[in-house]
Amino acid sequence: MSSAVSRARMVRLRDGLSALAFLAPFLVFYLLFLVYPFGLGIWISFHDWELVGSFREWIGLWNYEDMFADPQFWRAVRNTLTFAAMTVPVMVGLALLLALGLNRQTRIHGALRAIFFTSNVLSVTVVTLIWIMVLSPDRGLIAQLFRSLGLEPIAFLASTTWAMPAIVATTVWWGIGFPMILFLAGLQQIPGELYEAARLDNASPWRRFTRITLPALRRTFVLVAILQVIGQLQIFGQVLIMTGGGPSQSTRSLVQTIYETGFADWQLGYASAMSLFLFVVMFVASMAQLYIARQED
Amino acid sequence: MASVRLRAVAKNYGAVRAIHEVNLDVEHREFVVLVGPSGCGKSTLLRMIAGLETISGGEITLDDQVINDVPAGGRGVAMVFQNYALYPHMTAAQNMAFGLENIGMAREEINRRIAHAASTLKIEELLQRRPKAMSGGQRQRIAIGRAIVRDPKVFLFDEPLSNLDAALRVQMRIEIAKLHQRLDATMIYVTHDQVEAMTLADKIVVLSAGRIEQVGTPLELYHTPRNTFVAGFIGSPKMNIIDGKVAAITPEGVDVETPSGRLAIAAEPAGLAIGDSVRVGIRPEHMGVGKPGDGLAVVVEVVERLGDETMVYGTIGDGTSVVVKLDGTARVRTGETIPISVAATDGHLFTMDGEALRRTPAALEGLFDV
Repeated sequence: MSSAVSRARMVRLRDGLSALAFLAPFLVFYLLFLVYPFGLGIWISFHDWELVGSFREWIGLWNYEDMFADPQFWRAVRNTLTFAAMTVPVMVGLALLLALGLNRQTRIHGALRAIFFTSNVLSVTVVTLIWIMVLSPDRGLIAQLFRSLGLEPIAFLASTTWAMPAIVATTVWWGIGFPMILFLAGLQQIPGELYEAARLDNASPWRRFTRITLPALRRTFVLVAILQVIGQLQIFGQVLIMTGGGPSQSTRSLVQTIYETGFADWQLGYASAMSLFLFVVMFVASMAQLYIARQED
Repeated sequence: MASVRLRAVAKNYGAVRAIHEVNLDVEHREFVVLVGPSGCGKSTLLRMIAGLETISGGEITLDDQVINDVPAGGRGVAMVFQNYALYPHMTAAQNMAFGLENIGMAREEINRRIAHAASTLKIEELLQRRPKAMSGGQRQRIAIGRAIVRDPKVFLFDEPLSNLDAALRVQMRIEIAKLHQRLDATMIYVTHDQVEAMTLADKIVVLSAGRIEQVGTPLELYHTPRNTFVAGFIGSPKMNIIDGKVAAITPEGVDVETPSGRLAIAAEPAGLAIGDSVRVGIRPEHMGVGKPGDGLAVVVEVVERLGDETMVYGTIGDGTSVVVKLDGTARVRTGETIPISVAATDGHLFTMDGEALRRTPAALEGLFDV
């Protein structure tokens, strides 16, 4: 009896160990590159911590107090939220429109799908250089267009009004492919018979779209929106290369501020505090979307 | 009144012709079953009547009105799909209401129709559920309900029972038969299951490779199949087909010499001469154990005891497989050779092209009296 019990315990132990062995490769990476840096970030944010050298002084919540009193920080937060608020709806809406338009099995539609996805594989440097050229008030594509219409070209990236929309346009052009593919995948999972039944039920194209297509894409919507919010709140490369945060700080983003605080001013503690703030914003935004999605189910 | 007529109806997919100029009349209140193997075009034909497939040639009329170019929703037909095709984000009641809302029907009338259909199908307690919270049989009922509320001229069923398990299939089959009696509606039903076809149909249409092989009542197809395809498709287990040569032509019919013995068949010898090759068709249920030396000598390979009957799988002289259905107490053992007798009036005779020769009046006597 007791030997049977101990054997069962042995088997369970052995199963547990082998499970751990299979998990180990991922677990090591997860702990080393995610959990450890995250904890370290929190730890650093309670210090006056210089990037190079050994100056580390525990200062408690001072970094946070400084941050909440810092108009530069709030300006970056506002810019970042504005950017995300402009980019995410345009991205989601446009990606859905493209997916609806390209959801056909012809050679032309296949080629167009590939073309729209291609910009996604370019690096931020390439994308921004292309758009700096397109937006250039001297020889840019849009400037030519303006001139041909008899209008004065706008120096988009030097205008406090137009710099942000220009970065939004660049970002949408760059990132539209992936959400489009997600929507296409969602569309292709809807059984064709539903549309046939709807035709027999006299449903207009609009009713088919609102009563069959949109409800079926709800999960895709939530996924795309969360990925976009998380991605766009971390806007950095486009700003750094296209405007450097200008003109007059009108495009300075939070990640850019974090980067400059940590790596130009060497104030790693303060930068960590701002990073944690960004993390909380993204976390709350994602959870809110998941919560809303679940309420409707 | 709701009668459907197909005149030289054809369907091409590019250069491939899927349906070859089909002519068919479906009368008012008739239950017509389209049956045939996979890829025979039966579903395509149904979808052409529904308006889900374009018509490449010919004419489809509903109550003498050509509907070739009438959109699916305007034809007054309702369809039950194989996978039910219920709208997943709507409740059962919303599924049923959808088509009625689309034509602007008043809410009270919609509710009245749903309540009526729900009581007919006994699905009242399912009305507020979504499809994913229902079993296959329940979904099937909702799909039928969605068709009923539209009060269509013609019901179209596309293999509606093939996703259900065997027991449920039998139950739903009976319910559909009752529904047809109660609604007095014209129904066109597609299946590959010949039992469904036999049990439900007023009229069966056997299709093969985009052509109609035969149209008739279930008993007509069973007793007088026009060719070996229909003979093999209707009846279970399949009719045995045995090659032989005409040995004699008698007043009663034709004597055929098979590789395992001589059989008399009560068929008219139109155009046959002694020595011609022919095919003999005998249903397993028409075979019995005879006296030694009688009929066919069958080498028994497998014996299946089902209690009320015994299925014997064996071969005859030239290696042709045959199935014999005997009663449950038949004394048969694997490996032995048994003499199988067949009444002349039970046999069928086909030319080598598979065309049936007419059975004699003596063979047909009493078969259609039921």
